[in-house]
Amino acid sequence: MSLPKPVMRGLLARRLKLHLPIAFVLAIGSAIAFKYTVTEPRKQAYADFYKNYDSDKEFNAMKEAGIFESVQPSGE
Amino acid sequence: MLHLTTGRLGSLLARRVTAALSSSSVRMASHSHEVSQTDMSQPMYVDRLDIPLPDKPYKDNLSAEEQSLKKKEEGPWSQLTKEEKIALYRMMFCQTFPEMKQPSDEWKTVVGVALIFLGISGLVVWWQKVFVYPKTPRTFDEEWQAKQLKRMLDMRANPVEGFSAKWDYEKGQWK
Repeated sequence: MSLPKPVMRGLLARRLKLHLPIAFVLAIGSAIAFKYTVTEPRKQAYADFYKNYDSDKEFNAMKEAGIFESVQPSGE
Repeated sequence: MLHLTTGRLGSLLARRVTAALSSSSVRMASHSHEVSQTDMSQPMYVDRLDIPLPDKPYKDNLSAEEQSLKKKEEGPWSQLTKEEKIALYRMMFCQTFPEMKQPSDEWKTVVGVALIFLGISGLVVWWQKVFVYPKTPRTFDEEWQAKQLKRMLDMRANPVEGFSAKWDYEKGQWK
């Protein structure tokens, strides 16, 4: 009925030696993943939208739709 | 008049509180269904995973045999037999850790009763919809919502990645 004495010290250090690198890798990995799946496509989408953006055309379309209060559609 | 009633109320509460604090047993005048009264002001024994060493041993009144075993425990433990060691353990503790950790089916009862009450509240909400709530505002009508949607598209709401980006302005339809 005599068991070997269990490990009494250094338990947190042992756990951290494995899990701290894992934590860092996962954190940095998720940041990199977010950058290349969300922020870079979003920047590209905005660049593409404004590359051939004609603000006068858009304004006139909105004006004709009648959403402005300061300027009425051309008919009225 | 008001002073008199608040004074009476205060003294009533004070009397109840002192009765609860001064008596050593938990019994109150109205409490009738508890058979054995545990003195909660004394150290208690509990089988809990997070309390490995309870405040007092499990067995209080030891028989003569158990008392002689306790005397033997005061000497070198190598002279105790395996059965004696187990008997001493069972005197000190009610359940072992594996016995405490045994899984039970209690979670099924808990989930079931919780869902039953959720269902009852669902029925109550349904009854409320039929008998209590007033008519929804005019902004909920189909026609109003269609006009609202058209206005959002006319205003070019979120034209880059969001709402209006999904509308094809040349063809007048969703992309």
